Amino acid sequence: MGLIVHLALQALEMAIALLAAPLLTGFVRKVKARLQRRAGPPLLQVYRDLARLVAKEAVVPEDSSWLFRVSPYVIFAATWVAAALVPEFATNLQFSWSGDLIVIAALLGSARFFQMLAALDSGTAFGGIGASREAMLASLAEPAMLMIVFTVALVAGTSQLSAIATFMHSGAEGLRLSLALGLVALVMVGLTETGRFPVDNPATHLELTMVHEAMVLEYSGRHLALIELAGAMRLLLYMSLIACIFAPFGIAPPGAGPAALALGLASYAGKLGFGAVALAGFETTIAKMRVFRIPNFVGAALMLGLLGTLLLFMSASL
Amino acid sequence: MTAALLVCALAWLALGAAGAILSRRDAGRMVVYGGSLAVSLVALAIALGALGGRAPGVTLPLGLPGIGMRFAVDPLSAAFLVLVDLGGAAASLYALGYGRHEAEPWRVLPFYPVFLAAMNLVVIAADAYGFLLFWELMSLASWALVMADHKRAETRQAGFVYLLMASAGTLMLLLAFGLLAGPRGAYAFAAIIASHRPQWTADVAMLLALLGAGSKAGLMPLHVWLPRAHPAAPSHVSALMSGVMTKVAVYAFIRIAFDLAGPAAWWWGLVVLAAGAVSAVLGVLQALLEDDVKTMLAYSTIENIGLIFAGLGLALAFRADGLALAASLALTAALFHAFNHMLFKSTLFFGAGAIQHGAGTRRLSELGGLIHRMRVSAVPMLVAAMAIAALPPLNGFASEWLLLQAVLLSPSLPQFGLKLAVPAAGALLALAAAFASACLVRLYGMAYLGRPRSAAAATAHEADGISRAAMIGLASLCVIFGLMPALALGHLAPVVRELAGVSLPARPGWSGLTLLPVPARQSSYDPLLIALFIAVTSGLAALGLHRFGSRALRRAVPWGCGFLTAGDAALPAGTQYSPAGFSQPIRRVFATLLFRARDEVVMPPPGATAPARFAARITDPVWDGGALALAALINRAADRANRLQFLTIRRYLAMVFVTLLILLATVALWA
Repeated sequence: MGLIVHLALQALEMAIALLAAPLLTGFVRKVKARLQRRAGPPLLQVYRDLARLVAKEAVVPEDSSWLFRVSPYVIFAATWVAAALVPEFATNLQFSWSGDLIVIAALLGSARFFQMLAALDSGTAFGGIGASREAMLASLAEPAMLMIVFTVALVAGTSQLSAIATFMHSGAEGLRLSLALGLVALVMVGLTETGRFPVDNPATHLELTMVHEAMVLEYSGRHLALIELAGAMRLLLYMSLIACIFAPFGIAPPGAGPAALALGLASYAGKLGFGAVALAGFETTIAKMRVFRIPNFVGAALMLGLLGTLLLFMSASL
Repeated sequence: MTAALLVCALAWLALGAAGAILSRRDAGRMVVYGGSLAVSLVALAIALGALGGRAPGVTLPLGLPGIGMRFAVDPLSAAFLVLVDLGGAAASLYALGYGRHEAEPWRVLPFYPVFLAAMNLVVIAADAYGFLLFWELMSLASWALVMADHKRAETRQAGFVYLLMASAGTLMLLLAFGLLAGPRGAYAFAAIIASHRPQWTADVAMLLALLGAGSKAGLMPLHVWLPRAHPAAPSHVSALMSGVMTKVAVYAFIRIAFDLAGPAAWWWGLVVLAAGAVSAVLGVLQALLEDDVKTMLAYSTIENIGLIFAGLGLALAFRADGLALAASLALTAALFHAFNHMLFKSTLFFGAGAIQHGAGTRRLSELGGLIHRMRVSAVPMLVAAMAIAALPPLNGFASEWLLLQAVLLSPSLPQFGLKLAVPAAGALLALAAAFASACLVRLYGMAYLGRPRSAAAATAHEADGISRAAMIGLASLCVIFGLMPALALGHLAPVVRELAGVSLPARPGWSGLTLLPVPARQSSYDPLLIALFIAVTSGLAALGLHRFGSRALRRAVPWGCGFLTAGDAALPAGTQYSPAGFSQPIRRVFATLLFRARDEVVMPPPGATAPARFAARITDPVWDGGALALAALINRAADRANRLQFLTIRRYLAMVFVTLLILLATVALWA
């Protein structure tokens, strides 16, 4: 009986990652539109777009290989598994021990690896420009992410997310400068990795500025649906990650009853909503950067992460 | 057991002789490579049997009179024997197919088995004399193999630089052993361990070992020979040199620094860690800027050697501070990565050989679309590329994960210098991992994907069956050890116990397959479960989409940014990104300072129809600023000294007299 409940909770976690992700993206778009005094698309528009894409035929470039067609599935699966490893509403789920923060970062790296390969496989200049820029961004964003992982793991004494959330929730750690630096760095990395302002514009198809969109330009139909869904899940993942490390209140402890789980779900929805509003507000007030200024932005995230880790190494009390 | 390995070595030497006799016949190839494969498999079986145990040593009445030559197998040598012989067996199998294309087999066949024998003998040698003798034999045999294609000027230069660096490295090791042996001349390893020596001799010996073994392994800044010599050799030899011989150098360093030199000072770890982390980043950054597939792989070897040495440095630091469990974690990570690197780097070099032969070029800027023409060998190449880019759930990620967990344990180190250096090294390792991913995307994407960039690539053909079998075999091992790293870690435990005092705790049954660092609550990683999840979720997605969505698929000419083609003709390959274009952002951001990267664009005069020309130049500070500057300095000094050759007898006598006076004065002052 216990095992069934545990499995059911794990399945719920995976389902939320998959099904709530488009809603989150739709909500961000809606809030952004309202902030710009537009009506904006309906909340469920993202689901409709996905359904429409799934029903359409897929067009692939004539010189592409099987890798081009397999990559969307790999990208989708790796992102989904990574998103499901981040505690959303409850900690210590059945399979939460199967990977830690480093594994999550590496799974996103795998998704990126295949995304870049598929872009090069399309055999177009756009694929190349996207992959090349993505490689440059990743070469700074991945180390920055790892430095944040180090900071958080050193504070909590573990790199396992469930244990980190429990530790942060217990309030044993008070305020720490390193964690503050880590939070800022994580937000910057999250903006980079999810292709939001000021790094990338999720709504543009202007070749001078595109990064992520350039890589997926040749995708269509069901392949594009998978990639769009993976992109939505990546946004959900980063929001859940920030929530579970820096705002773990309300999250259900292991073996919690239905009431605690309901509280966990409600607080999770609240955190996502807050995150979406904050993201929309941020994106409305800021302009996109030139491509060659982005390394400064992501490099700053790397420096903050390194500084946070260094402080932890040097002193136990800062 | 040791005797059986010596018999194997003799068999290889005999094969070398047979290769010299039969080299001009077709049978010679079958005899040498088939024989090497068989002997490698036998030696592999013996080594697997010896894993974790300690075989009685053998003393042969060879070498220095009265001393003899000792051989022994302990857990460390057994583990490296498995690595050497597995790599040797795979390379021999590959060569059975690939060796057919050799232009001058008589320059390869006699030396190939000798090279294998020498690597085995270095690992089982149990005294300094035998170790250095076989080390030198290994260097010379591999030098002869590098020179196989001696008609190209680059190869001759590579051979010269290699010979120079190898001699210098051996000299360093000779001095290290001299210091360790002490004035009483205890050359046997057992006697070296038993003897007591002042700490400064151990310190200097460790630094000399780092220079000597590090130059052979390719640590920066002693790496200049490696990206020249490794690619110049035939591909199966490149695989052996990059995958296996660099690991013999790692073995030499571990043997001296962890075993022979005795207790470590805390700063040993700092020096080794710094050298490793810097090599990792600079190696892979240079790989990212390289156009030649094999040179690029050689630079990537420097990166991986850097990772291994970073792990060894951490292990030394932990051990010196009495943190035995943490030391065992770092050492396990380093040894596991050494084994993994042998697997994927050999596969990649095999693939590079297949490309070179199949497409007739190794330049990325002339390749493309090989996945359509080399359908089978493209798959193991993809697996190896993913493994070396440290993607879960493959083996490269498992060892990097362990290494990062070891970094996480280092705040417990008491020394201030280490506290400062370790996070910086961690950042460098992370940077190296990100570059490695970009580098392998560039390699695979430019060579195998997209459209062919030259006629040669458009008509490339697939490698032969035996070569493909060797690639598939090694790539499957990458998958197996990635999914079940505990298989390898269990066998590394006796080695680690011997060198670090304790080993990672072993757990029985299925739970033992999950990777755990030392304080088990710190973290866990279960590759099998992650792989299962990925398989199930992607399978579900495919099933659901094909069940409920559209299954139609259409191929069409992609949008070429307004490039007009006649009718339905395909876009020309030049509309794709080039390898230099792919790395341009990274080159601009990272290499402008480090390698003085400059982009030069030559525009035609207005109105002319000539195309604009683009060239990217980078300057390697170690080669141009270090090695070439040093050579110029030596040449100048030699020119000065040359004047001494043309003096009169009177002057010579005067010089002898003055020298004598100075010497006498020195002695008088000294006493």
